[in-house]
Amino acid sequence: MSENKSLLKLRKITKVFSRGTIDEITALNKINLDVNAEEYIAIIGSNGAGKTTLLNIIAGVYPPENGGKIIVNGQEISGLSEYRRAHYVGRVYQDPHIGTAAKMTIEENMAMALLRGQPRGLRAASNKQRRDLFRAALAPLGLGLENRLTTLVGTLSGGQRQALALVMTTLSKPALLLLDEHIATLDPRTAQVVLDLTEMLVKREKMTTIMVTHNMELALRHGNRLIMMHKGRIVVDMNQEQRSDLTIHDLVVAFERASGEEFVDDSVLLRPGNVVGTSEL
Amino acid sequence: MLAVVSYVLPFSLYEGLVFGFVAIGVYLTFRVLGFPDLTVDGSFTLGAAVAAVLIVKGVNPFLATLAALGVGLCAGLATSLLNTKLRIPALLAGILVMVALYSINLRIMGGANVSLLREATIFTQVAEFLGVGTRIVRSLIVAGVLAVIVFFILNWFLRTEIGLALRATGDNEQMVRGLGVNTDMTTILGVSISNGLVALGGAVVAQGQGFADVGMGIGMIVMGLASVIIGEALFRPKGVARLLLAVLGGTFVYRLVISIALRLGMAPGDLKLITAILVIIALAVPYLQKKAQREWLPPATKW
Repeated sequence: MSENKSLLKLRKITKVFSRGTIDEITALNKINLDVNAEEYIAIIGSNGAGKTTLLNIIAGVYPPENGGKIIVNGQEISGLSEYRRAHYVGRVYQDPHIGTAAKMTIEENMAMALLRGQPRGLRAASNKQRRDLFRAALAPLGLGLENRLTTLVGTLSGGQRQALALVMTTLSKPALLLLDEHIATLDPRTAQVVLDLTEMLVKREKMTTIMVTHNMELALRHGNRLIMMHKGRIVVDMNQEQRSDLTIHDLVVAFERASGEEFVDDSVLLRPGNVVGTSEL
Repeated sequence: MLAVVSYVLPFSLYEGLVFGFVAIGVYLTFRVLGFPDLTVDGSFTLGAAVAAVLIVKGVNPFLATLAALGVGLCAGLATSLLNTKLRIPALLAGILVMVALYSINLRIMGGANVSLLREATIFTQVAEFLGVGTRIVRSLIVAGVLAVIVFFILNWFLRTEIGLALRATGDNEQMVRGLGVNTDMTTILGVSISNGLVALGGAVVAQGQGFADVGMGIGMIVMGLASVIIGEALFRPKGVARLLLAVLGGTFVYRLVISIALRLGMAPGDLKLITAILVIIALAVPYLQKKAQREWLPPATKW
């Protein structure tokens, strides 16, 4: 893996919560990671493994500690606040309510997303040209949203909102797409629709993507690189060939070997949305 | 009955327009930004005080009114800076600036009130220019022209790229920050514009009634809220333009009801109590309805 080619470089990323109290927890422990352009990484791990914290660090929700570095396209962005990183990083959240604004129309939501990371001025936010662009972006979803531009987003279903959030993220083509368990709260059928849509958009836009998930099967079937996290560290990192014939059982074995812990209850990792982490059992 | 049609109606229309600036200001903070801003009681008087003192000193009344708008912006700036840069909760930040403004307003006016009798105001200037009129006609013309200007500017601004970011800040702050919007800036902008409008309202009201008084802002926030709630309930508006019109319409209806009640013998001193009760009912009814349907609702926020 050549140093120069990587789109995202993480160096010694550490994040400790509640430092100095009995609740102190090291969410990320000196993480190093190189992400190449057009890679589609699935990150898996139990609760408390540090997956979402890693996405939060990349997105700039909080800064890395002790001189940890975040470099995108050769530019260090470690010190930039969240809104200044929007240019580089697009994100779809687990909760569909976070990715879209309920009291505004589909058109207004998309108009805002179109200007991701760009200076906003006193021009009209939408015009005919932009509306055509929005319709063209919505049409491939097959949800009919392209004919409902003036509908308030709050009246859409969770799946529709999540699909819209995905399209909004790809409108402005940020360097990096972060998916934070973005289908975990959807019903199985809608989840599949949104997942297919993700595949389509990631392929079409050639977006470098990091997808966090609880679901091992999902991680095996999607993406071209698999990373497993445990207690704030990366314990397994497999490329396309290494994971091609992998089964869930192999993953469990790999986890046990890498973490040095017995995998007590594999159903915990298989079930999305579980509450208790494996390590605490 | 004749009195209602010939006097109360046009007078309420006038009041609906000038207090409409206050209501639109309240609408911007409470509804659009989700920022419960109590600066209003202070910035209304601030606008009145600045305009009155400048006019007495011989400044052109239009310039004085513009200056009032400017100091109102500054009052909103102070509140929003306390909130965004010092992380003081919005409600408390507004109360702090409101209380501070009470002293500042006394200083500006050099006493509890300033009379504008026999001074040139925007109303007398317009009357002179047009060569017409009864008091109510010139009042309606001035208030109407100002309202149209404010309406068009806001209707345009809230649809611009910045305006959209401002509205989204109140709707989903996390999302707009993720899209690269500095939500501190949009909050500061929104609260400032809101208080600028409120101060403009204060300046026009003072010139209309012929004096500025240190207590004239008391209860403005509740009056503004009542107008917004009435407007929303009566017109159920969709879209920016209709919302702005609904707020103006709500203020008109509120003023009309108050004027009629006063004519029917309500003591003017009871006005604020009745307005407060109106707002309490309007806020409580939706909750009680849902509670009756055994729908779960979260506890009220403390801030």
